[in-house]
This record gives sequence, structure tokens and C-alpha cells, in this order.
Amino acid sequence: MAAESKIDPMHQFTVEPIVPLHIGGYDISFTNSSLWLLITLALIFGFVAMGMRRDLVPGRWQMAVEGLTGFIDDMVRVNIGPEGRKYMPFVFSLFAFILVSNLLGLLPLAIIPGLHPFTTTSHFSITGILAVMSFGLVLVIGFWRHGLHFFSLFIPHGTPKPMIPLIAAIEFISFMVRPFSLGLRLFVAMIAGHILMEVFGSFVVSGLNGGPLIAAVVSLPSLLLIIGILALELLVCAIQAYVFALLTTLYLNDAVNLH
Amino acid sequence: MDYESAKVIGAGLAAIGVGTAAIGVGLVFGQFLNSALRNPAAADGQQGRLFIGFAAAELLGLIAFTVAILILFVV
Repeated sequence: MAAESKIDPMHQFTVEPIVPLHIGGYDISFTNSSLWLLITLALIFGFVAMGMRRDLVPGRWQMAVEGLTGFIDDMVRVNIGPEGRKYMPFVFSLFAFILVSNLLGLLPLAIIPGLHPFTTTSHFSITGILAVMSFGLVLVIGFWRHGLHFFSLFIPHGTPKPMIPLIAAIEFISFMVRPFSLGLRLFVAMIAGHILMEVFGSFVVSGLNGGPLIAAVVSLPSLLLIIGILALELLVCAIQAYVFALLTTLYLNDAVNLH
Repeated sequence: MDYESAKVIGAGLAAIGVGTAAIGVGLVFGQFLNSALRNPAAADGQQGRLFIGFAAAELLGLIAFTVAILILFVV
């Protein structure tokens, strides 16, 4: 039997420098991750800028932008209250950035040999920073508005006196896990989807290499599965972006309205 | 049993947790659909909570997946 080549699903996530730059021992090269971050920024900026007309009867582009911003505005207003609207730009930036980053990783760029799309949110460094930003904003707002009374967040109304130490400890731990869980959820969802598609893609190629019978039995179902998983991944991208924004809004509600 | 085999077996055991999380996610959506079909007018208002429940159940499954990856590649 010929030696089987091992499937390498992690190669699509490698960050490669495009323009190497080193300053004082620090590697600050312009990498493919930076390139895709800039592409995300350009897309979001272009989308919103083209829709920023003030027509009373909106055209389609303005309608689309207003639909997206209205969706986030509603979410922030329903979950935080009327004073939550000032946090809407932050939540909208989070939602738009995560959504566009996730979706850009699913582009079929690999049709052009040598190119492949890169999901910036498939690295814990990116999602971790987004989660730390959310959590940091929650802490800053909580202590700015309530001072040390913010710690009453850990003692829900009506807990019996003997249980307060235990409940406070558990609440504190679950509070501190929040940034980690936010970042991890998005990161693993993206990584898992892409690894799954890569594994099935390699099945297609290996099946095609094995002759017509194996190709029909292995490659064709794998190809159909890839199409199904791609549809599911589109849904997962949108859901993960929405869940990140929604949870950020709920944590902001905890900080703003302390219970 | 040598180290590499133990790692692979450990990763396989950790991945069982991903299957149990799938049951959890199915429960969340199933209960939502069950009650939404009884009271369709109230269903749209609860969609936010549906996704919060999904995210919580999915997170625990993803943590099991992370443990499997940690065992395979990090430990």
C-alpha cells in the first residue's frame, strides 16, 4: 500500500508575513491576518458610508444600513433600557466586525490557485482581545457609575444570609470566566467549522486519487457534505456574531442596571 | 500503553463531550419549537433568549472540543 499522506487541517490558519517589519526585536510584520483585517474594515466602512444618506424615503442601500443599525439599536434598547443607546456604536462595531470577519473566511477564493481566504476571528488573539474589550468596558462602566457598590452585583436580591459567602464566590467565578468564554466561543466555532471543511475536502481529493470506484463512494458524498456544512457555517457565522453582541449587551446591562 | 496512544485515546474520550453537548443544543431548540408552536404570537419575542440558551449549551461542547485539542497537541 502506498503511504497515506496525513491530513493537515491546521495549515489554513497559519499567519504568514507579507511585508516583514522588525523594530527592536519585535516582529510587527504586515501579515495576511492584517491584510484581512484591513479588508474587513474597508468593507464595513464602505457599506455604512454608502448608506449614510438622509433621504426621507430611503433607497435600498440606505434601507439596508438602517436595517442593520436598527437591529442593533433595538437589541441594545430592549436589553439595557433607554440609556443603553449610547453603547450602540460599540456593540454595532463588534457585531459588524465579527460578522464580516467570519463571512470573509468562507469566500471561495481557493478557486484561484495559490489564494485562500483567511478567517481573522479564527485566532484566539483576535477574539480574546474583542472579549477583553467587552469585559473591560463592562468593568469601567460599572465602577464609573456605581463605584464600590458595583460589587453588590455578586449578591443577588434575597439570598439568605448564611449562603452569601458561597453565592458570592460562585457569582464572582462565573463573572470572571465571562471574557474567556466570550472569546473561546467565537474562536472554537470558527476553527471547528473550517477544520471540518478541510477534512472533508481532503477526503474528496484522496478519493479522487484512489480510482473511479473509490471516487464515487468517497468523493461524491464528501462533496455534498461540504456543501451542506458550508450552508451551516454561514448560519453559524451569523449566529456567533449575534451571540457575541447579545452577550456583550447583557453584560453591559449588568454593569449599567446592576441587577 | 505508550504516551502517544494514551494521548489519542484521551482525545477521543474528551470528544464524547461534544456529542453530549449536541444533545443539549437539540434540547434547547426543541423546547423552543415545542412552545413556539403552542403560542406562535409570543415566539418572536423570545428569540433572543433562544440564542442565549444555544450559546451557553454550545460553549460547553466547544470547551470539550478544546480539551480534546489540548490533550492531542499541547500536553
